[in-house]
Parts: sequence; structure tokens; C-alpha cells
Amino acid sequence: MTTVHHGETGAPVDVHDPKLTRFDIVKEGLRRDDIEIVTYESQFPGPNSKAEKRIVRNIAFLFIIAGLFSLAFLVFYIVWPWKFELGHTLSDYFTPILGITLGIALFALGIGILAWAKKLLPHELSIQQRHGDPSSDEERLITGQTMMFVADELGVQRRPLLKGAIALGLAPIGLAAAAPLVGGLIENPHKGEEPMMYRTGFDPVANGGKPVRLTRDDGSPIRPEDVSAGGQMTVYPGIPGGATNKYADSPTLLIHLRADDAEKTRTAADNDKNGRNKGSMWGNYVAYSKICTHAGCPASLYEQQTNRLLCPCHQSQFLITDNAQPVFGPATRRLPMLPLSVDDEGFFVATSDFKDTVGPDFWERP
Amino acid sequence: MKRRKLDPAEATANFAKGVDDRFQVATPLRALLNKVFPDHWSFLLGEIALFSFIVLLLSGVFLTLFFDPSMKEVAYHGAYPALRGTEMSAAYESSLRLSFEVRGGLFMRQMHHWAALLFMASIVVHMARVFFTGAFRKPREINWVIGVLLFLLGFFAGFTGYSLPDDGLSGTGLRIASAIMLSLPVIGTWLSASIFGGEYPGELIIGRFYIAHVLLIPGILLALISVHLGIVFKQKHTQWPGPLRTNENVVGERMFPRYAMKQGGFFMAVFGVIALMAGLFQINPIWLFGPYRAAEVSSASQPDWYVMFMDGLVRLMPNWQIYFGPYSLPPLFWPAVVGLGALFTLPMLYPWLEARKLNDTRSHHLLERPRDNPERVGIGMMALTFFVVATISGANDVIADKFHISLNAMTWAGRIGLLILPPLAYYFSVRICLGLQQHDREVLAHGVETGIIRRLPNGAFIEVHQPLGPIDDHGHPVPLEYAGWVVPKKMNKLGALAPTVKGFFFPVEKPAEAPVSPAPISTSGTREEISSKS
Repeated sequence: MTTVHHGETGAPVDVHDPKLTRFDIVKEGLRRDDIEIVTYESQFPGPNSKAEKRIVRNIAFLFIIAGLFSLAFLVFYIVWPWKFELGHTLSDYFTPILGITLGIALFALGIGILAWAKKLLPHELSIQQRHGDPSSDEERLITGQTMMFVADELGVQRRPLLKGAIALGLAPIGLAAAAPLVGGLIENPHKGEEPMMYRTGFDPVANGGKPVRLTRDDGSPIRPEDVSAGGQMTVYPGIPGGATNKYADSPTLLIHLRADDAEKTRTAADNDKNGRNKGSMWGNYVAYSKICTHAGCPASLYEQQTNRLLCPCHQSQFLITDNAQPVFGPATRRLPMLPLSVDDEGFFVATSDFKDTVGPDFWERP
Repeated sequence: MKRRKLDPAEATANFAKGVDDRFQVATPLRALLNKVFPDHWSFLLGEIALFSFIVLLLSGVFLTLFFDPSMKEVAYHGAYPALRGTEMSAAYESSLRLSFEVRGGLFMRQMHHWAALLFMASIVVHMARVFFTGAFRKPREINWVIGVLLFLLGFFAGFTGYSLPDDGLSGTGLRIASAIMLSLPVIGTWLSASIFGGEYPGELIIGRFYIAHVLLIPGILLALISVHLGIVFKQKHTQWPGPLRTNENVVGERMFPRYAMKQGGFFMAVFGVIALMAGLFQINPIWLFGPYRAAEVSSASQPDWYVMFMDGLVRLMPNWQIYFGPYSLPPLFWPAVVGLGALFTLPMLYPWLEARKLNDTRSHHLLERPRDNPERVGIGMMALTFFVVATISGANDVIADKFHISLNAMTWAGRIGLLILPPLAYYFSVRICLGLQQHDREVLAHGVETGIIRRLPNGAFIEVHQPLGPIDDHGHPVPLEYAGWVVPKKMNKLGALAPTVKGFFFPVEKPAEAPVSPAPISTSGTREEISSKS
């Protein structure tokens, strides 16, 4: 038990003095680092205290626990059946067992080390001077002048031609380095005659000019009687890969409205202000783009009772019977309507692409 | 010939000499061993982030050995029957293989994800500690800015990371990210097309996110974390005020052995907790979400928690579109671009704003108790309340569903709450701070309430107060100066009760005699009692 009192250290000592203890030499090192050790005392009353032995026992116990659980982790990792099988099997417990064994092992090790540091090591209070003062004015002056001298040596100030050459001649080097890094990435979103932003898989142009059929995700076409009244179905363009993410803007919701709702919807569509939705319904069927005009999630929750479509991402709600106008939430723009018809074989087709732009809004949207 | 015996002590000494001959390390090494660190539990919050980051690096490297960052369509033939025969991207297929067909793969995946959540959570709590105690003040402004950048990078690391499996949930997140890019005025469509390599989703994004997630972002994170720690090391840690503690010194314990052991032990404990969580709590069960398909999403599509505030802000934003002739600015722009930008730039500027307002150019190495700067606490609570309301709104559909509340009512509650609650939080936290200050001053002036009621000769009852300092000629306590640190407010803090008896079922050692009545308190050093114990 050693207690060092305030101000006891101060004068340098001869570290080669054989009478010095190791702690004395440590203190000399501390003095040189401008550290004063104010308190340094054992946490226990004597060298053989019961409390100390108890803590040592506890720490040893924790380390042994850590070792045992590490072994258990290894054993379970090797022998426990781990391959996934359907149903309730032993392999269900593989991950939890790994977690419990490794977790307890590491946690016990951690607590053991912490207990050692906190309960066993002597209490200590040391004070170190911060020396956070800024450099002296003199030092600042010297460094500043040295830097200015470097500029003098280069002599850019005195040689205006070099200055101009750096500004005009060397600037392109930086651009040249950046250009291939950035340039390769840039894609023109408006390239081509039919820019991709404004087109979906229902555009007849990509189908050789023929109207595109509405299909299920397996590619099978749909007859009107496939959708019961009050029902709805997600449909895709009937072209190769039409149901894949290549046509991420194409998924459409085909809804078979009840007669009175259909009447309301038709009136609203025919009185559409810009006329785009006029005549787009077929019988009691209406089709809206499923891609929310807010952030592009599929607006897939259809509330039959209120005739609302709800987007589960940000809760924009669209009123089916009124041109899918947004009635709640952050969306500003209605869902585009797909003009429907039925071909000679009795399958649904889109007479043209969507007349409004599908998907989230952007700056230059027409 | 007599063979010289190998003396281990001498060999070690010779080795050490050899090292010093070549690298001259003796003096700097001693300075490192001796470096003093102040100690307080709240200084360890940032360590949790550091340790989680190490776990992230270790588990992440393992995951890359099995993950295939490709969007090529393949048919699934793996161990999970429900998805067999389904067309999916190679990224999703390899994530499923990693979960089901690699021994311990699911454990490592869950460890990586939990460590990421813990990383972000500990950054937020650490930032709150730094903010409310004023640890960001001069000379530590730059480190505060680096800390904010670390949160921002962690945000993007997390987003790119959970987008990689290309499952139903993460694809929806990507779609929203694309919509956010599109909402930027003028360059929106160009930015989205450039990042996705054409129209959304294209076939490049997983590969691009992959390299960002495993190389670019962790590289910058690692560099910034090193600088962050380097600056802490150079500037020395702040400390709480207290006896012996000044603005010019550091009071604590030397780095070796005690401080380093505590760090090591804490690391193991954090690692152990992450391992327990990884084993016991399922996270991101991608096999339930199915492969990403543009037409499919379910309700309860929530991002990781540290992205939820942004999703919440997007949900709460009214549908205000601004038109400029043929051009328009979608409402998504405000919460997602301006909101996110403000949430990062305003905190970054705060140290200078506060210094300017207080006209404060000094260096501060002593922390301030939150109550001593009510304005700052008010502003911090305002920001936190905003963040919490936004985060809760990010899950408003789940709350509406579980508690049978109207979804629209939740949205409106969020909109109103976002405007009303932060100012209320400001007002109440300022009042609470002032109240706590007042209480401290009261105790310093009159002493601690003893609970002893005395009846005066005239019949009045008064409570006896134990003065903390000296008393004047009339027996009244001399008011003490507030020292920026805890004021004892209960008699047992003054030694009226004996220290805790050690032992679980029975005392291991005979406890010290407890004083029968409140012992008279010495007039000096009353506050030494509290702070010399760590």
C-alpha cells in the first residue's frame, strides 16, 4: 500500500541508484512526462485479505467460463446439425447456440478483464499537465516566414508568366484526370427518339406497332371474365421479359369495378381536364399504373370499400373513381391510366402506352 | 566448450535494446505507457462505435467471400424450398446460399447487421453526450465535424449494405433512392441515370453499391476514425470539473495497465453482446421477402432505424409541388434532400455558432454539466425531439396497425408533432435546467436537508440543514461558490452512512462501524468525497 502525497515528487533522481525500487523509477519516468501520481493505493487492507482472494477467485471463474463456452462453441459448431431443413428440426437451433456460446464466452472474458482492472488493481489518481498552449509567437513567426520563404524561392509572385501558365496551362490536367472517372458514368436519360423516362413496356412501338396485351407475371394473357367484379389484378406488358425488373415502370393494376363505381369513374375520366383519360376504360374495367407517382413504390393496397389505392411506403392514397387523384399523403400527381381494349381473341390489350409519365416526379416531366 | 545458458531476461533486454537502436522508441513508448486518461462512464460511448466497427470489418470480410454482387438472373435451386425455381438475381441467390448453405453464415450475416445498428446507435448516443456536455467547444470543433461526417458515412454504408442482398425490401429502398435523386432540380434525371447506369433499376447498381460498401465507404470511414482518435489522443480527452481538475491538466489513470485493460474488457463485452444478439434475434430475414420485383411490396416496409427519420419526414411532407413554367420541383425534394442536408450541416456549424453567440474564444477542456448551459440543452432536445418524431413517423403504418389507430391520424399527428413538440421540448428542458441550477444553489447556500425536524420554543417546526461549508458567527452557513460539479444533496453522500458492505450472502469482511448520527462534516474538502472514486 503506497500513498504518494501531493508535491512529494519533484526533484530528479538518479535512476541507477541501487536503492531505488522499481516504482521509484516509474515515478521518475512520470515526472519526466509531467505526470504526478497523487494516489496509488491497494484496494485491500492487507496483502492476504479475504476480499482480494474472493475477487481473484471470481475472475478466475469468469476466465474458466469463457474458456468452457469457447470450447462449447467449437464443439457445437462442428457437430450440431446445421443444414437447413423444412419444418421444426435441430438445425433451427444452430444459430442461437452459436450466439449463446460465443456471446457468453466473450462477455465473461470481458467482465473478467474489467473486474481485474477495476477491483484488483490499485486505486490510482494521476495528474498530467495538458500543455495545450499554442506555439509561442516566435515559433509561429519562424514557421510563417519559412513558408513565405518557400514561396519566395519558387518565385511565382515575381514571374507572372508562370502564374498564368499554371492557371491556364495546368488547370486542364485536373479536369483530364477527373473526366474519365466521371465521364464514363454519365448517362443521358433523354437519349433516343422515345426516351426511356417516358415509355413503358405497353408502348406498341416496341411490339412491332401492335397493341400490347396485358398479361400475368407468367406471361399468360387475361380475359375480362378472369377478374371478378370488385377484384383487381397486377398485370404486365405481354412482351418478352415484360414481367421482369427490366420493365420496372410497367406493372399496372387492372381493376374490375362494380357497376355504380364504374359509372362514377367513367364520368370522371370522360370529364378529365386535359382529356388524356377520356375513353380509356373498357366496360367496367380500369387500369392504373401501379408505380406511385411519389417515390416509385408499387401502390398495391387496394381498399375495396373506399375505392382507394394506398402506397405502403409513404401512405399516399389515390381515389380510383376520380382518375386516381391523390387524396392523402405526399403524392402530388395522379396515377396514369392505361387505355384498355379487348382484341379479336378476347384478351385485354393496351391501345397505347400510358399518356401521363409513369413513376416518381422529376424536374423536366412534361 | 561451455555453452552459454540462455537467460530469458537478458534476451528480452537485448531484444529491446536492438529495437531502440534502430527505432529510438524508449522515450515515446514510456510517454505512451504513462499517458493519463480521465475516466467517466460516458466517455466510453464512442468506444462502442469503435468496437462495433471492428466487428463490422471482421464479419464483413467473411461475407464478401460468399457474396456475388451480380444482377444476372438465375433460377434458385438451393436449400430453401419455398423459393426453389424462382428467378432471382445472383446477388439474392448468393445471400440465400450464405444464409442457408454456409456453416455459420447466417450467424455472421446477423452479426454484421446487428453490429451496424449498434454502430449507428452508439454514434448517436456519443454525439448526444459530446453535445450536451459542451465537449465540442474549442479546440475540438474539427473532431465534432468529423464525428458528424462519420454518422453520415455510416448512414450511407448502412444503406448501400442493406441494398446488396437485392431482396424485396431492399429493392424498394433502392427505388425510393432513385426517386430522391430524380427529385433534384435540373440534374435529377441525369444523376439517377448515371448512378443506375440507365433507367432504374438497370443491371449495374448492385455491383456499384458493392464496391462503395466494401471499399470506398469503409476506406473513408477507417481514415476518418483514425483521424478522430488521433485528434483525441493529441488534444487529450476532456474531463469533468472536480477537485484537482483544471483546464490545464488531466486527472485520471495511466493508460497502462488499468485504462487499457478496461478498454480491452469493454471490447470483449461489446463483442459478446453483439454475438448474443446475432444468435438470438433474427434480423432482416431476406428469404421471407423474396427477390425484388418492381410490382411487389408489403406494408411495414421499414428501413434500418437510422434511415427511418428520413422516411418519416418523407411521409409527413404535404404534397406541395412547386412549378416553374414547364418545370416542377416534387415535394420529395424537401424532406429527403434539403432535410437530410440540413440535419448534417446545422450540427456541423453549431460549435462556431455557439462560440459566436457567447463571444467565446477560449479553449475548453473541462466539460459543462448540461444544466449549466440551458440554451444548449434546449437546442439539443429540440433537435432530438425532431429526430424522434420523424423516426416514429417512419413506422407510423406499423403503429397504426398494431394500436388500431387511423393511418391518416398518425400522419397528421406526426405533421403537427414535428412542428409543436420541438419548441415544447426546448421550453421544458430549459426550465428543468434552470430548476436544477436553482436547487444546486439552494443546497450550497443552506446545506443538505437532514430529515431531522426540530421544534422551536415558539412552537414552529423547522428542518435542520447540514451546511456544506463553514458557518458564520450566527451559525448560518456561508454560501459556497458553485464549482461546476455535483453538489451532494443527500446525507449519505456526506458519509452519514457507512460504505456498502461487500459480499453477496454474508459480508466478506467486517463492515466499518456506521456512525449513529450524522457525523459532523469537516469544513474543507467536502467534494473530494465524490470525485476521487471513478
